[in-house]
Amino acid sequence: MQSLGIDVLFKGTNFVRLLGGLWVAVRISLISVAISIVLGLVVGVLMTSKNRVLKVIFRIYLEIVRIMPQMVLLFIVYFGTTRVFGWNLEAEVSAIFVFSFWGTAEMGDLVRGALISIPKIQYESAMALGMSNTQVYTQVILPQTIRRLIPLSINLITRMIKTTSLVMMIGIVEVLKVAQQIIEANRKASPNAAFGLFAVVFILYFLICWPISRLAVYLEKRWS
Amino acid sequence: MISYLPLYKEALLLTLRIGWMGVGIALIIGILGSAILYFRIPVLRVLIGIYTELFRNTPLLVQLFFIYFALPQIGISVSPEACGTWGLGLLGGAYMSETFRSGLENIARIQFESAESLGMTRFQVFRYVILPQAISSSVPGLVANVIFLLKETSVFSTVSLMDLMFTAKDLIGMYAKTIECLTLLVIFYLIMLLPVSLLGSLLERRLRYAEFGN
Repeated sequence: MQSLGIDVLFKGTNFVRLLGGLWVAVRISLISVAISIVLGLVVGVLMTSKNRVLKVIFRIYLEIVRIMPQMVLLFIVYFGTTRVFGWNLEAEVSAIFVFSFWGTAEMGDLVRGALISIPKIQYESAMALGMSNTQVYTQVILPQTIRRLIPLSINLITRMIKTTSLVMMIGIVEVLKVAQQIIEANRKASPNAAFGLFAVVFILYFLICWPISRLAVYLEKRWS
Repeated sequence: MISYLPLYKEALLLTLRIGWMGVGIALIIGILGSAILYFRIPVLRVLIGIYTELFRNTPLLVQLFFIYFALPQIGISVSPEACGTWGLGLLGGAYMSETFRSGLENIARIQFESAESLGMTRFQVFRYVILPQAISSSVPGLVANVIFLLKETSVFSTVSLMDLMFTAKDLIGMYAKTIECLTLLVIFYLIMLLPVSLLGSLLERRLRYAEFGN
């Protein structure tokens, strides 16, 4: 029972390595979120269009993302496409690709929701005031949608960070994998290090995600 | 490819069993938790708050690792199945109680007062006025949560549960038929989740009565 792994945690560079692993996960999610937000804005605007074909395409896209576990998508991209097309894909690149694919759909849906939640009368009134189409969007619609969107996209960041823990399954060495490595390396000296290390990983994730989700709640209350 | 089907079927049944048990636990925790939050029961309310924040802000994978690998170190051993069920249930409970709570809080206070002024008892108000609306306005969130939870079962393979993901990985490792195994994996996830998704949107359309007056 002894120390439950706290001593292992501060042995050598172990703690720094753990933080390094966490940074890998956070980096992947930040890059993916950035891509998702940009693409999601475009996709969201396109989703509100009346075009039949576009509607069907985006409906299928959304449904795929809604139904397929991210892990399956990761496997398809990392193991499947490399096999089919015979290319070499780095694990991190395929992770970013998958998470952006997923995030774009989520973000697009949020943007669409925010856009259609603005009453039609606002478009009409702005038009009646003689504004051009661009003016209507940049000066009336967008400022309002962005306010609604910011808390929701902040939430997307925390979900992204939580989901990146899956990348360990395609061989990226992130925080959970580092923890496993440290536990294995110290198997002889402290056989029950698993408790301390996994507890620390748990707390680390919480410390990153919690402030971000509080911020989202705060902004949502302030701007609603 | 045909010869893999029985293996996938086994895995699907296991995933479904654990998935739905987890969802069941999540619903129970969610209803209790939201009631505690809504009625502001002292002490318990703080505990539920800490619990929901903890589980909503950490990944299921980390939770499962903690339950499966860390808890035995302090003398609490759990089987892979129990670990999956409870991990999913606890994660889902945190999400469900938030969903139900916001469903309850969306109902205007004035409805309480109006119903009471009509001479309804507190129980009647809750049963006939508040609950139907709360349920119908939480349906979209509830469906999203169920789909999310069933999707999350894909990480079970990490705690050596032989679910769909595990089977696919195993077969790829043994026969190197990557494409066939991944196709079957996709098909089986569709079998599992498409009905839930369709049923969900049907339910959402049928249960729209909370929109009245909002």
